[in-house]
Amino acid sequence: MKNSASLERSRKMTTILTYVVLVLGAIIMIFPFVWMILTSLKTVPESMKVPPTFFPTALMPGNFGDAMKSLPFLELYLNTGLMVFFRVICAVVFSSMAGYAFAKLNFRGKNLLFGIVLVQMSLPSQIFIIPQYQMVAKMGLANTIFALVFPGLVSAFGVFFLRQTYMGIPTEIGEAAYLDGCNQWQTFYKVMFPLTGTSVAALTIFTAVFAYGDLMWPLVVNSDLKMMTLSSGLATLRGQFTTNFPVLMAGSLLAMLPMVILYLIFQRQFIEGIASTGGK
Amino acid sequence: MKKGTKLSVAARREENWGWIMVAPTIIGLLVLNLWPFVQTLYTSFCEHLGFGHYKFIGVQNYVDMFQKPEFWKATWNTIYFCILTVPVGLFLSLLVAMLLNAKIKGKGIFRTIFFLPMVCAPAAVTMVWRWIFNAEYGILNQMFGLHVNWVTDSKVVMIACAVVAIWSNIGYDAVLLLAGLQNISKSYYEAANIDGASKVTQFFQITLPMVSPTLFVVMIMRLMASIKVYDLIYMMVEETNPAVTSVQSLMYLFYRESFVAGSRGSGSAIVIWTVLLIGMITVIQFIGQKKWVNYDV
Repeated sequence: MKNSASLERSRKMTTILTYVVLVLGAIIMIFPFVWMILTSLKTVPESMKVPPTFFPTALMPGNFGDAMKSLPFLELYLNTGLMVFFRVICAVVFSSMAGYAFAKLNFRGKNLLFGIVLVQMSLPSQIFIIPQYQMVAKMGLANTIFALVFPGLVSAFGVFFLRQTYMGIPTEIGEAAYLDGCNQWQTFYKVMFPLTGTSVAALTIFTAVFAYGDLMWPLVVNSDLKMMTLSSGLATLRGQFTTNFPVLMAGSLLAMLPMVILYLIFQRQFIEGIASTGGK
Repeated sequence: MKKGTKLSVAARREENWGWIMVAPTIIGLLVLNLWPFVQTLYTSFCEHLGFGHYKFIGVQNYVDMFQKPEFWKATWNTIYFCILTVPVGLFLSLLVAMLLNAKIKGKGIFRTIFFLPMVCAPAAVTMVWRWIFNAEYGILNQMFGLHVNWVTDSKVVMIACAVVAIWSNIGYDAVLLLAGLQNISKSYYEAANIDGASKVTQFFQITLPMVSPTLFVVMIMRLMASIKVYDLIYMMVEETNPAVTSVQSLMYLFYRESFVAGSRGSGSAIVIWTVLLIGMITVIQFIGQKKWVNYDV
């Protein structure tokens, strides 16, 4: 009996220790965000106070107005939104089609063509950037939404990922639809595609998050401030405002807000979606 | 369908649909990726004369590159960044994953908080860290009474970047590792408990070997991403910062060579070198994994 009581006590200690470490970790993880919000509401002199104040003594919502003046946020939101939208549409539509074909259809050259997909996946995206930029420049399409979308018109990763999904769907389902008179396209579009909802959601989230955070391509291809994305626009502030941190924090907050709100609404889909695209 | 036999009508139709359905992707990959890859390879043997004109100069770009201290420094910076971030990051992620795998309340909230940096643009996140690391007014120096120039001192700037990188990726790696931990059957631990094995023994005898395949995947992924690091270093240290040479990664150097200095030939050589580096490290990892990754489950 004594033994089980001490076992119980040690189990309790473990649980408490687990909580303590997790809470400490969570504080470290969340602190930069809290500090960003608090700083964005302070006046400049207060932000530089020694020792620092934690909560702002006088609220300065005007910092957000100043941030909006130093960057064309409306355009940045619109550009980023459109880039993400078109990249997601392209990735989902083309990758679903190709993923289905690679998983379920027989055609000559299939292995060779799938090899191209694998080659693209194994190379870092920077290896394509110079020629991609030259193509966009030659077409006279630098500083456009199209330029932002360009490298994301097709997604080798999406094809690979959705092929896995389609391989997991029993072929009999497709055969049944085929016998009912559907052609290959109808079988894909009406029967198989609707079964891939979870994976399509995962691919959507994955594509959106990475397009949103991408920095090098938008910096290279769109140099006009009005055609930048939130990420590349924010990068232009980086040498300036070295003393006006409240405005910088307000700008950073504005830049990350849309995705953070989406994340807080769709937490489970985000975490499981991104995890499912990474772990396999 | 054997070779030589004529395809039936249905099989031919299937084949046509197959080609049609992969066509957009394949055309896209050829134009956007395969052809650019060949071009970059070729460009690395050329001098850029401006306006998209190139002159073939053989291996000159590589010869010049290997003689530049800046290039070797960038290569070392990249490797140093990996050394600083990957082991510590993996250790902390595994720790978080194990804690989240315990029987506790509020698991979802912790997971949401740890994962949050993943959905924030690196540009925005780094901006906040620059403020935290600020030498005069930054909260870090103020709180601990330090006087470290985190962002401008060439000796510590890489550590500052590593902290941001680890902080950014911990939640993501932990979620992947958690999935690996959840696949371990409870019966192993029950058996170990009956045998009286301590928690530490259980960790080294059960948890670590059983999670090692997941750990390996996460490590490879993290290593690949770290070799290609660009955005957070670029945001942390601007080109005019005197500490830039002590922290710039290969991809940062690539960006500056190709798009700031405009020498696309040497830029291409840097990126080809990076691919070779990735290839070498991958091969080493796959040979090394036999020593510690356990696949017989």
